Amino acid sequence: MGHWIVVPIVLPAVMAALIVLAVRHDIVLQRIFSITSTVALVAVTLSLVIFANNNNPEMYALGDWPAPFGIVIVLDRLSAMMIFLTSILGLGVILFASSEWDKRGQHFHALFQFQLMGVNGAFLTGDVFNLFVFFEVLLIASYGLMLHGAGAERLKAGMQYIVINLTGSTLFLVGVGMIYAVTGTLNMADLAIQVPQVAAGDAALLRAGALILLLVFCVKAALVPVHFWLPGTYANAPAPVAALFAIMTKVGAYSILRVYSLGFGENAGDMAWLAQPYILPAAIVTLAIGMIGVLAAKRLNGLIAFSVIGSMGTLLISIALFTPESISAGLYYLLHSTFAGAALFLIGDLVASRRGAIYGDKLETAPVFHQSGLLAVLFFVAAIAMAGMPPLSGFIGKLMILDAARDSDLSVWIWSVILVTSLMCIVGFGRAGSVLFWKSASAEGVIEVEGANWPVLPIVAACGMLCALVALTVFAAPIMDYLQGTAAQLFDTTDYIRAVLGEIPATQSGQ
Amino acid sequence: MEFLVASSIGLLTMCGTYMLLRGRTFPVVIGLALLSYAVNVFLFAMGRLTIDMPPILRDGVTEYTDPLPQALVLTAIVISFGMTALIVVLSIRAYLEIGNDHVDGRPVGEPSEAGDKN
Repeated sequence: MGHWIVVPIVLPAVMAALIVLAVRHDIVLQRIFSITSTVALVAVTLSLVIFANNNNPEMYALGDWPAPFGIVIVLDRLSAMMIFLTSILGLGVILFASSEWDKRGQHFHALFQFQLMGVNGAFLTGDVFNLFVFFEVLLIASYGLMLHGAGAERLKAGMQYIVINLTGSTLFLVGVGMIYAVTGTLNMADLAIQVPQVAAGDAALLRAGALILLLVFCVKAALVPVHFWLPGTYANAPAPVAALFAIMTKVGAYSILRVYSLGFGENAGDMAWLAQPYILPAAIVTLAIGMIGVLAAKRLNGLIAFSVIGSMGTLLISIALFTPESISAGLYYLLHSTFAGAALFLIGDLVASRRGAIYGDKLETAPVFHQSGLLAVLFFVAAIAMAGMPPLSGFIGKLMILDAARDSDLSVWIWSVILVTSLMCIVGFGRAGSVLFWKSASAEGVIEVEGANWPVLPIVAACGMLCALVALTVFAAPIMDYLQGTAAQLFDTTDYIRAVLGEIPATQSGQ
Repeated sequence: MEFLVASSIGLLTMCGTYMLLRGRTFPVVIGLALLSYAVNVFLFAMGRLTIDMPPILRDGVTEYTDPLPQALVLTAIVISFGMTALIVVLSIRAYLEIGNDHVDGRPVGEPSEAGDKN
């Protein structure tokens, strides 16, 4: 695939620079550049997915320095799928934002492209320190986006978000430093070879480093007990940004999956499946807490944010089981929950803006608002998907996760928590929907928002997210074929390691 | 030397953590800065502590200091410097908009508004 592998990182980076330098005064040109670039990104990542489906993993050496000395980016089935997901989501969000949101502050499109660059880079990189750098890139862009069109409430939430993430970055460096001190490498494929050969005396240090790294990934993935940043951030972020952030928690989940299946997976000797005993119970609690939050929420954005926490719990339960079946089921749920969360945030913003400044996204009875019938339909389709009711993809995903959890020691817990929380999610969204849409029919009058002309593009974008959910449901069989291949590739790491390091050295001297 | 470096990292981390947990933005910023100093020295030490060694492997050189952690530290310094600048600007902006410098936006003792927001 040659140089195409690096395009998903280079294209948004060049485009962001171009937007901020050349066309920063012209919002229409910014939109044209930004949307065109994202469409091109969708095309490139789609062809990368097709390539990854038919071929072994492929490595791209930046600056042509051979691994493990230079930094490599690696295209395999998992990373190809994740960058494709990012570009589709990005396209939906940029369409949503391009009618009105991007005018509320400066440089929305440039920051947006930098964000895409960081996320794509984090998915593609094959080096732990480079993962840190791309984390920083995506976080720096996300700070700007989070504060887009600021206000007191958003500044407060943004401040807490930034402090949490800076602390997380510090811990990331500590973990990386400890792993490097013991293994002498930060290349993920090389780590897979070095970790089993670590001297017994150093094993504790390596284990501590790996678990500190796990903590950082859990902060990103909003796993209990380090989830506190998420509700405030997502509920107060601008809606398109909150929708884009649906992929940010998945970056954490992806990093857990990548690092702890490659470096600390089956072949890691004493360190095998290091992450499992910690993530699984935490994920079950995360799911419960998220859905309790859904029941308790007083505002629509808070409700959606807590449902995102709950879906991260479900996702991490299936990842933490670390079996091929559970990981393919979890990846399907990952695709589903990204689109479901994003669709809910977009629809929530459509509702809140039409209810005017007084009612906003508060879950209180208000008079009828513009297009409430259409939005009610969209809201309930998205809510059905998020709650995991048939016929949409959430149901298929949860069914497969339950099936995969059959043999786990904690299967009773997993089954009961997933089933009970699904009911809680249905109740929470049903209550919110009836307050927002049905009870409003009985209230007097109609809400008129002054000076609003309700462009159609945001509704199209929200419908696009729902269409993605329908497509996930309709094409579940071919997608599952791809995902089962992905899980198989994650478990048989030889192809990945061979792609990065060439022929695998049979025995390599330790340090 | 090991004891000196290790204890100074520990001291920096301890002070940084304490400052980070304070309620006002200024100590929090100082705490983040202290933590990033601690982690920079820590990363440096992860390449093993040596004195008077060339940072590169050449013909005829058997003893050398590991150059990679130095490159990592350089990256980390650049990023943490930029982030410190960002958070300083942001705290000033938050102070001007909200009217006080508490990280949760309210002075000590006042009832929480946050409960109604989510």
